[in-house]
Amino acid sequence: MPMIRHCKAYVFPIMDQSTVVIEGIGLSSRSSNRLRQARSHVIRTGSKKKFMTDAHHADSQQLVEWMQRLAGCQDRDAFAGLFAYFAPRIKAYMMRSGSDNAAAEEFAQEAMLMVWHKANSFDASQASVATWVFTIARNKRIDAFRRINRPELDPDDPLLQPAAEPMQDDKVVEDQTARTIAAAMDQLPEEQAVMLRMAFYEDKAHSEIAEETGLPLGTVKSRLRLAMGKLRSLLGDIEL
Amino acid sequence: MTAAHSVAVTPRMAEPVHHLSEDLLLDYAAGTLDEAASLVVASHLTLCSACRSELSRLEAIGGALFATMPPMDLSAGALEAALAALESSDLDGLPASASQKHAADDRKASILPRAVQRYLGGDLDTVAWKRLGMGIETAEITLSNSDEAKAGKRSFLLKVPAGKAVPQHTHDGNELVLILQGSYKDEIGTFAKGDVAISDGSIDHRPVAGEGESCICLVATDAPLRLTGPLGAIINLFVRV
Ligand SMILES: [Zn+2]
Repeated sequence: MPMIRHCKAYVFPIMDQSTVVIEGIGLSSRSSNRLRQARSHVIRTGSKKKFMTDAHHADSQQLVEWMQRLAGCQDRDAFAGLFAYFAPRIKAYMMRSGSDNAAAEEFAQEAMLMVWHKANSFDASQASVATWVFTIARNKRIDAFRRINRPELDPDDPLLQPAAEPMQDDKVVEDQTARTIAAAMDQLPEEQAVMLRMAFYEDKAHSEIAEETGLPLGTVKSRLRLAMGKLRSLLGDIEL
Repeated sequence: MTAAHSVAVTPRMAEPVHHLSEDLLLDYAAGTLDEAASLVVASHLTLCSACRSELSRLEAIGGALFATMPPMDLSAGALEAALAALESSDLDGLPASASQKHAADDRKASILPRAVQRYLGGDLDTVAWKRLGMGIETAEITLSNSDEAKAGKRSFLLKVPAGKAVPQHTHDGNELVLILQGSYKDEIGTFAKGDVAISDGSIDHRPVAGEGESCICLVATDAPLRLTGPLGAIINLFVRV
């Protein structure tokens, strides 16, 4: 991966009080105000579209660039940008899962530290940054709530069955994909979208969703299937 | 990168025919699937590129949902606190590298996915098989989540000699079986290496292992199976399978 070319010649000292420039969004601020200003900048540049109206929008090219700078040279400003975008989402994810405010906040900070430490394993040809961070937060939630290490395949396993059509190494998962999915979500009937959110956000298996909604398990499953089928047809032949 | 690396050492086997259900993949993608079933899922994913692609799609949907979630602000100083925590950890080196290769990559591949070996603490030769009778052997896999284990969820390896049958039975709960070696045939079809069989109470079957080599499976259950054949009452041993 061509990460090195994004590197700056220096690495920021931690509590640097000097003026810094967040590359790419042209923002100058003192480090203590970096985060807040990054947010307000983001508000101003946010798109009008429904799925992008939140105050913490950054386009996926920007996220990828921050990831590359983080992996390549431990760039603290890149980390600050990623933190401003993702930490509030991770916090929201944990609160939807039942955590209280303080625990969710601590969790978000810890998950962002994992983003730092695992930055080198991010591969823009395999997943969007949001998807990659989602999997980190999800695995950490499994670890926290259920005290297990999620069983996962080992990418270096000699048993690994190679993909029938090898992935192109240079393909970056486009912003378009995430937008299309978000737009497709908006088109789902509410009852299906609710199920999908419960499944993804609230740490609830099918049976728990059935229990909580009072719907038969078969109904929960069929609504989820309908939702996934609809998303898939809306996504068409986009390579994810 | 990883795929290319594996091509060099792994001969392509036939793609599995029987795959994970969308329900299972969705629960695994969302992180809500129990540990025993997750182990079967992770093992099948190792052997099946089609299900890996499907999982990537589901995770991309999860990622998009995550990105569209209304953010909740952290308290002031949260970033600085995270940076301070980074400072106190080992920051001098690069972030941990993802591409550390195992020295053992070039040795003969085990039939056990590494996800399973991690639970066993070793390869097939470390498995302590327990005889059940009729040549059938089993080895319990200890799960780390004791609550799920208490609720009756279990995972184990099952070995059936070539050509031998497992007595007729049905399932009170759900059962996932992944074939790791050999094959078996039942009323549903033929299951070979990499295939997943998903059973619930509606399935009453008598699997017979294929000829040639013993059939070794990874099993996840959430309830004991119930024997239904004429020998059922006698072979109570199997109630604990
Ligand atoms: Zn499959």
